[in-house]
Amino acid sequence: MKKHITDFKIVKKKVYNATYFALTLQHPSTLPEIEAGQFVEVEIPGNKHVMLRRPISIHDVDSEKSQLTLLVQVVGKGTKTLSQMEEGETLNLVYPLGRGFSQEGKEVLLVGGGAGIAPMLHLSKCLSAKGTHCTILLGGRSATMIPVQEEFRPYGDVYFATEDGSLGEKGLVTQHSVFGAEYDHIYTCGPTPMMKAVARHAMEKGIECEVSLENMMACGVGACLCCVVDSDEGHKCVCKDGPVFNAKRLTNWIKK
Amino acid sequence: MLQTKIHNITLKNPVMTASGTFGYGEEFADFVDLNKLGGIVVKGTTGDRRQGNPYPRMAETPSGMLNAVGLQNVGVETFCKDVYHRIKDLDTNIIVNVSGSSIEEYCKTAAMIDKLDKIPAIELNISCPNVKKGGMGFGTDPAMAAQVVSEVRKIYHKTLIVKLTPNVTSVVEIAKAVEGAGADSVSLINTMLGMAIDVEKQRPYLSTITGGLSGPAVKPVAVRMVWQVAHAVSIPVIGLGGIASAADALEFLMAGAKAIQVGTANFIDPSITMKIIDGLEDYCKRHSINDINDIIGII
Ligand SMILES: Cc1cc2nc3c(=O)[nH]c(=O)nc-3n(C[C@H](O)[C@H](O)[C@H](O)COP(=O)(O)OP(=O)(O)OC[C@H]3O[C@@H](n4cnc5c(N)ncnc54)[C@H](O)[C@@H]3O)c2cc1C
Ligand SMILES: Cc1cc2nc3c(=O)[nH]c(=O)nc-3n(C[C@H](O)[C@H](O)[C@H](O)COP(=O)(O)O)c2cc1C
Ligand code: FES
Repeated sequence: MKKHITDFKIVKKKVYNATYFALTLQHPSTLPEIEAGQFVEVEIPGNKHVMLRRPISIHDVDSEKSQLTLLVQVVGKGTKTLSQMEEGETLNLVYPLGRGFSQEGKEVLLVGGGAGIAPMLHLSKCLSAKGTHCTILLGGRSATMIPVQEEFRPYGDVYFATEDGSLGEKGLVTQHSVFGAEYDHIYTCGPTPMMKAVARHAMEKGIECEVSLENMMACGVGACLCCVVDSDEGHKCVCKDGPVFNAKRLTNWIKK
Repeated sequence: MLQTKIHNITLKNPVMTASGTFGYGEEFADFVDLNKLGGIVVKGTTGDRRQGNPYPRMAETPSGMLNAVGLQNVGVETFCKDVYHRIKDLDTNIIVNVSGSSIEEYCKTAAMIDKLDKIPAIELNISCPNVKKGGMGFGTDPAMAAQVVSEVRKIYHKTLIVKLTPNVTSVVEIAKAVEGAGADSVSLINTMLGMAIDVEKQRPYLSTITGGLSGPAVKPVAVRMVWQVAHAVSIPVIGLGGIASAADALEFLMAGAKAIQVGTANFIDPSITMKIIDGLEDYCKRHSINDINDIIGII
């Protein structure tokens, strides 16, 4: 899949709360095809403390309008600068990067936690368009940490798990009542401990499971070898061989 | 106008890519016309396949980054059998960065690369620790640097570039030692040893604690070292360290480098090398320079 470097225009900014916001970006002409689970490397303009691009998942795609949306959690310098950008401003992206989700399975579970909710929206859209039935389970510490909720409704049955019980069932996603049901495929993205717990469960039950990793990156294109994960075939680049991996390939990572 | 020479290889222009930052070139093919480059220095290649260091391997620091990749690569055999055939027909100079932990390992790799028709040069990365000498860097001791270069010189017949580490008291002394041992060219600088700590987590950012600093932060040190070395040796010098624009490249050329390499800047703008080449051309036009060699070493 050909990679591009393109200036996009911010056409919509949606602020969910102090930590989460979304930017909808307009491609200057026709947006190339994008797989669910792929990501972009965003240049952070005007912050002399940030030199490297930041990897962000593709949250949503509107191919008719040639727009894509990023859902971002403010965690540090770069994401803070992004949160201060306004509609009309320009963002330079290197994209689409990495390998996305396989989109296999007929009865599937999507588990998103924190900023890991981001890639789940485009994935649920793609899956439901193929006629796959999606159970979508979103988790966070509290309701505010699950910024995107209603947007998922058209694409599956949506459930929530919060640690403080402010939305959906109280507890972790792995404790949720729908978590243990029968699925033929699980897709997950979120904090590492959550993904490992989901992957362990899937492996025990013999369910195919794909995890989307968020390792720190420099180049994003497989050149620097900074972003590696320990797989059963040795070190693999999260940016190029992933970010989505079948959990079966990551037994070393899951053990650690 | 931009053509330049390193020993007996001709470069279309002085702009090459730095080892470990440009993969095998293929990773950048969507952003760069690889055939327009003066040269591509591919990933550090060792005698055997290497896994490199554990994650995390990088941290961003002010105007730069630390890395501790630790020479992860497929090994020289797979390079020759597989990678070489994918990239050999590019119309540019493909140079293999040769790394190792012992003189035997350097020689094994160099001898295998010597047989590859389309590889006109190797870049010997002597910044690696010598496991047989208690991990002391080959490139930090003039005698050891000279020894590895003279051994490789015996079995390698094409252009031999030696890449110098800045982590020394006198880079000039090392440069002279490798020139004396038969190097055809020197390139500098490799990364500077650095360290950064995550104060919230109260631990180093890198799994190896220390790592190599690169990017604009190192540029003034690199320009200084290139200038010192260019005045001290008679073999051509290749300059690198923090180059991110045509103006940066020109600083190195004026300081005495016959060619330059672009490293970390490729991560920030994957098409940067094309912009640097265009920028050099533009500079020559603006200053009525017919031959870029006219400004090399003017300082
Ligand atoms: C493939 C991929 C997809 C991603 N998708 C999204 C997304 O859709 N939305 C989103 O909000 N974030 C996403 N991330 C994470 C995002 O890249 C980081 O949060 C961001 O780079 C942090 O930059 P910063 O300058 O704000 O933080 P910094 O100031 O650089 O760091 C602040 C703190 O965050 C930690 N940190 C930095 N980068 C990461 C990282 N990659 N993973 C975990 N911790 C990190 C640092 O260790 C530090 O403690 C994704 C990461 C990857 C690799
Ligand atoms: C991620 C990374 C990997 C590198 N790997 C190698 C290597 O394998 N061999 C080598 O000689 N230099 C290696 N280097 C050093 C660069 O080639 C270059 O000397 C250094 O980064 C300074 O240039 P820059 O500031 O333009 O990046 C690496 C640098 C980085 C950032
Ligand atoms: S970030 Fe450079 S190889 Fe993945």
